[in-house]
Amino acid sequence: MLKADELQVQGLDAVSFSLNGGECIAIRGPSGSGKSLLLRAIADLDPNEGRVFLDTAERGAMSGPLWRRQVGYVPADPGWWDDRVGDHFADWNAAIPLLTRLGLGAEAKDWPISRLSTGERMRFALVRALLVKPKVLLLDEPTAPLDAKLAGSFETLIAEELRKGLSVLWVTHDAAQAARVSSRCLVLDNGRVREMAPS
Amino acid sequence: MSSYITLSVWDLVLASTLVVVDAGLSIALQLGIHRSLIVSAVRMVVQLTLMGTVLTVLFSLVSPLWTSLAALGMVLFAGYEISQRQDRALSGFWTFGLGTSSMMAASTIVTSFALLTAVRPDPWYDPRYAIPLLGMILGNCMTGIALGLDTLTAGAVNRRAAIEARLMLGGTKLEAMQPVLREALRRGLMPVINSMSATGVVSLPGMMTGQILSGVPPVEAVKYQILIMFLIAGGTGLGTAAAVLGGTYRLTDGRDRLRLDRLASRMP
Repeated sequence: MLKADELQVQGLDAVSFSLNGGECIAIRGPSGSGKSLLLRAIADLDPNEGRVFLDTAERGAMSGPLWRRQVGYVPADPGWWDDRVGDHFADWNAAIPLLTRLGLGAEAKDWPISRLSTGERMRFALVRALLVKPKVLLLDEPTAPLDAKLAGSFETLIAEELRKGLSVLWVTHDAAQAARVSSRCLVLDNGRVREMAPS
Repeated sequence: MSSYITLSVWDLVLASTLVVVDAGLSIALQLGIHRSLIVSAVRMVVQLTLMGTVLTVLFSLVSPLWTSLAALGMVLFAGYEISQRQDRALSGFWTFGLGTSSMMAASTIVTSFALLTAVRPDPWYDPRYAIPLLGMILGNCMTGIALGLDTLTAGAVNRRAAIEARLMLGGTKLEAMQPVLREALRRGLMPVINSMSATGVVSLPGMMTGQILSGVPPVEAVKYQILIMFLIAGGTGLGTAAAVLGGTYRLTDGRDRLRLDRLASRMP
């Protein structure tokens, strides 16, 4: 599905890995080790070198917007460009079932962004990204601001999407979560990347 | 044209006592601005005296070469002023180059348009008309471009997360930058809109007042002022749009990424 070949971004050694369809790889490492930089490079948000493929298509052969519609990215602190929640969704009705799964309701459409907690922001951002129907989703510590119950709902929702064929790169500091959600683990340390089984 | 009242040096010396009164107020109220008041007043006298001398020479020469050189000097100075008014400027030659080229293009188009259509002096580049027209257009264009570029770069930095959120969802750079771009254009054009709204009610523009004082009938002075306001609005709109669109191009790249690394460090 997704293949990175000598992907290089400032501060990190070249990274090569492949992510199969329906697979989740956990990315772990100490704070400041470059996990977010790696996700941003895969999403092509920062200048980087190396080759990245989606199926057989090379990233450079398609436009940045087309790439990012297929390789979605939910950062640890998602951004908002308008005042109200509903303004960030092209089809609010399509969002409602997913939001409900994550403990949010249809009435959230008119909520002002400024009053949202970090946990609510993360859940809205995940649903916003899923509605674009990407083939690969890059998640940067998505459950860090959530309580255990909501984190469980979140993991269940992603597991269902994985079964439908979505591939996920999931940055987490939680070893137990990495073992639950992923089949493999990439560990970043001192700019180097090594692969290991999730423990 | 009817005769006008000439001013002697002593008339100006007498008027300058008002600035001295201001300086006295600053000393009495411990405002600490008396030195900068006197320095700026002296600068204004020296600059205007020099400009008067340069214009006298230019008007006597009526040379396309010297008129163009004087115009170029004015544009370059205004471009330098723009680059000095940016809190987060584009790195390298871009801030000076973008501001100056946008201003040069807009002011050349609008001044030539006025000289060739409405004013029509003979010859068309007569510096008596070309230089004052250019000066008035440049002054306002400079403010619009400086405000527009400053709003654009500050907006791109402050709203980075919002811009990148749109990019992450597959938006193009223009879709992502649109709110910041609109705000920059609005801010750049606001002084001209305010000025057109208030002119004639709140303020009497300097050029019109000058013409009336020099004996031009008020109705004729008003016609000139209306022409000038249209030219200023056109020049500022064109220059600000060119600079803000050019700035947006520089702050993004061919892969539709936001490139804040192309901004220089914050000025001290």
